Amino acid sequence: MKQFWLISALGFVIAFNPATAQELSWHGFLQTNYSLRTTGLTPNSNQSDFLWADQRLQLKLSTSEGEARAFTKVDLFQDALESKADLEIREAFLDYRLGDFDFRAGRQIITWGLGDLLFVNDLFPKDWEAFFSGRPIEYLKIGVDAIKSTFSSSVFSLELAILPFFQPDNIPTSEKFFLYDPLASISNRTEEKPASKFENFEQALRLYHTFSSFEVTIYAYRGFYRSPSVKPDSLPTQIIYHYPKLSVYGSSLQKNLYNGIFSLEYGFYDSREDRAGDNPIIPNSFHKFMAGYQRQGWKDFNYSFQFYGEYMSDYSNYEKSLAIGFPKQDRFRQLLTVRATQFLKYQTLKFSWFTFFSPSDNDYYLLPEVQYKISDKLWMALGGNIFGGERKTTFLGQFDKNDNTYLTLRYEF
Amino acid sequence: MQNLKKLLIVISSISVVPSLIFAQKTLSPSEVASQYQKAFYYSGKDMKALVYMQLIESGGKERVRELTMLRKNTENSEEQKYFIYFHQPADVEGMTFMVYKYPQKDDDRWLFMPALDLVKRIAANDRRSSFVGSDFTYEDVSGRDLAEDNFSIEKEEKIGGKDCYVLKSAPKNPKSADYSYKLSWIDKVTFLPLKEEYYDIRGELYKLFIAEEVKDVSGFPTVTKRKMVNVKSQHQTLVTFKDIQYNLGIDKELFTERYLKRPPSKWIK
Repeated sequence: MKQFWLISALGFVIAFNPATAQELSWHGFLQTNYSLRTTGLTPNSNQSDFLWADQRLQLKLSTSEGEARAFTKVDLFQDALESKADLEIREAFLDYRLGDFDFRAGRQIITWGLGDLLFVNDLFPKDWEAFFSGRPIEYLKIGVDAIKSTFSSSVFSLELAILPFFQPDNIPTSEKFFLYDPLASISNRTEEKPASKFENFEQALRLYHTFSSFEVTIYAYRGFYRSPSVKPDSLPTQIIYHYPKLSVYGSSLQKNLYNGIFSLEYGFYDSREDRAGDNPIIPNSFHKFMAGYQRQGWKDFNYSFQFYGEYMSDYSNYEKSLAIGFPKQDRFRQLLTVRATQFLKYQTLKFSWFTFFSPSDNDYYLLPEVQYKISDKLWMALGGNIFGGERKTTFLGQFDKNDNTYLTLRYEF
Repeated sequence: MQNLKKLLIVISSISVVPSLIFAQKTLSPSEVASQYQKAFYYSGKDMKALVYMQLIESGGKERVRELTMLRKNTENSEEQKYFIYFHQPADVEGMTFMVYKYPQKDDDRWLFMPALDLVKRIAANDRRSSFVGSDFTYEDVSGRDLAEDNFSIEKEEKIGGKDCYVLKSAPKNPKSADYSYKLSWIDKVTFLPLKEEYYDIRGELYKLFIAEEVKDVSGFPTVTKRKMVNVKSQHQTLVTFKDIQYNLGIDKELFTERYLKRPPSKWIK
């Protein structure tokens, strides 16, 4: 597989012959990124206190000719925890513009929706493990192998992405993280991913229009949950992770209001394999929404608030079917976020603070960070991921013992 | 008949000439401010330039910002649209930034970050925030609503052999600006500012603008080299405009999400 990519990359360079194409642009970075758990505890006795430790070289190559453009972003990295080096194709795609249409084919990162670290209509894969262990923010998004077509007109724009290859979220596992696992004693675990068959191709649609300072978007998604559901066998001696079918229908609105920007987003999660809500191993259908407001407080200072809610459909069926010994989820889960960012010294020094707090789960997640740009090419960031909560069974509370501090040093070229 | 025509021409030219002189003498302070704004921020129907910024610390350490800036005026309106593509430094290379400027209300701003495929709308209620970490604020880059200031002409003075009005601008609402007043040396011919001094609340000079080079570009006098100095910290920003073009016929479609995400190479080279 790796050879294939290397050959492709080489082919890419040759195909865009420098004699005829516009110049090939080279960029990238060299980065070291370490994250250290500060609680002094490890989920497994032989584990290091480090959650993450790697050195990586990212290369971004792009070239264009007429209406076509080719782009690839490749990471070569050395994982110090596992003592192995590897290659990761972050993105590799071709763009083509034809009249009112834009096409993008290949591995690409797609981001939709208005939430800041809250995702209602962004159903594209995410790397939560990277996020929780202090890797730079762009590593939260995972590239998808997809074909994306966008039609643009002055009345509206329509974007359709077809994802033939299912890519789940990368979520923390109990090998590395302390987390709540009601079936911890079962170590025999397998994964069943939706096969790349025509009927399983995921489709994501976005229809949007900007009326000057007023933006309206409608979304639709048909595919699968990206976090697995757990399917134990009857004993149970074995766990099968699988990804139930999901459709999401949503909309969003963004406009200027009271000297700031107001965002509103809604999505109905149609859990297609558990519409009645009585299957305990598949999530019920949900109404999810987010309301956000951001503005500048003073010079080089921004802040924002978000309120996020998940309201479960068929709650009584959920209650009835919930297995004994499993923690009960509230019908209406709420989350508040606060972000504050202050730039100092000609924007070379940045202090940022992000808080998740759930009044319903009574748990929290704090993300302080200081970033300093030593020069145009070199920057460093020092930050933390601090979790806590009343119970160890809630989403953020379960990470309580995973508090960590991270350091990133990057040289960009 | 012929004689009458000649006479009329003579009479009209007599009446025109003094009125021109008269007009120049009696431009009101707000007319000077308005002419200044037109010449400095609104030349042509549209404009493209490669902007090279050097951000220099008092110790001499230098940072660089290089960007392509496209601007389009809205017909019969003071509204403008800006499109910015960043070439340097490497951490912002490929990012695009779009501004819809409205003099009477907050701008609309969008930033596109390719690494996340994210078009982010940015709150723009504080125009005093630094533009890309330089000594220029957003307001310095795109102008300030004339209705926000009181204007007076303090004196007339020569700078580099050029006759200038010395225009004083004082914000009507002191909280709307960093300066308590600003003095601008405005060239009587081109109406471009050749020097500006910003005074803080204690009446002390804290920021200084100097137009270091003015060139005629396709009939539009243009400040091609400018400098902003923070007098107190001695941090300064030098800005050079290269490859300036006016009236290229930039399509308004450029200022949309489509092109923000994938700018046409002909506009950003």
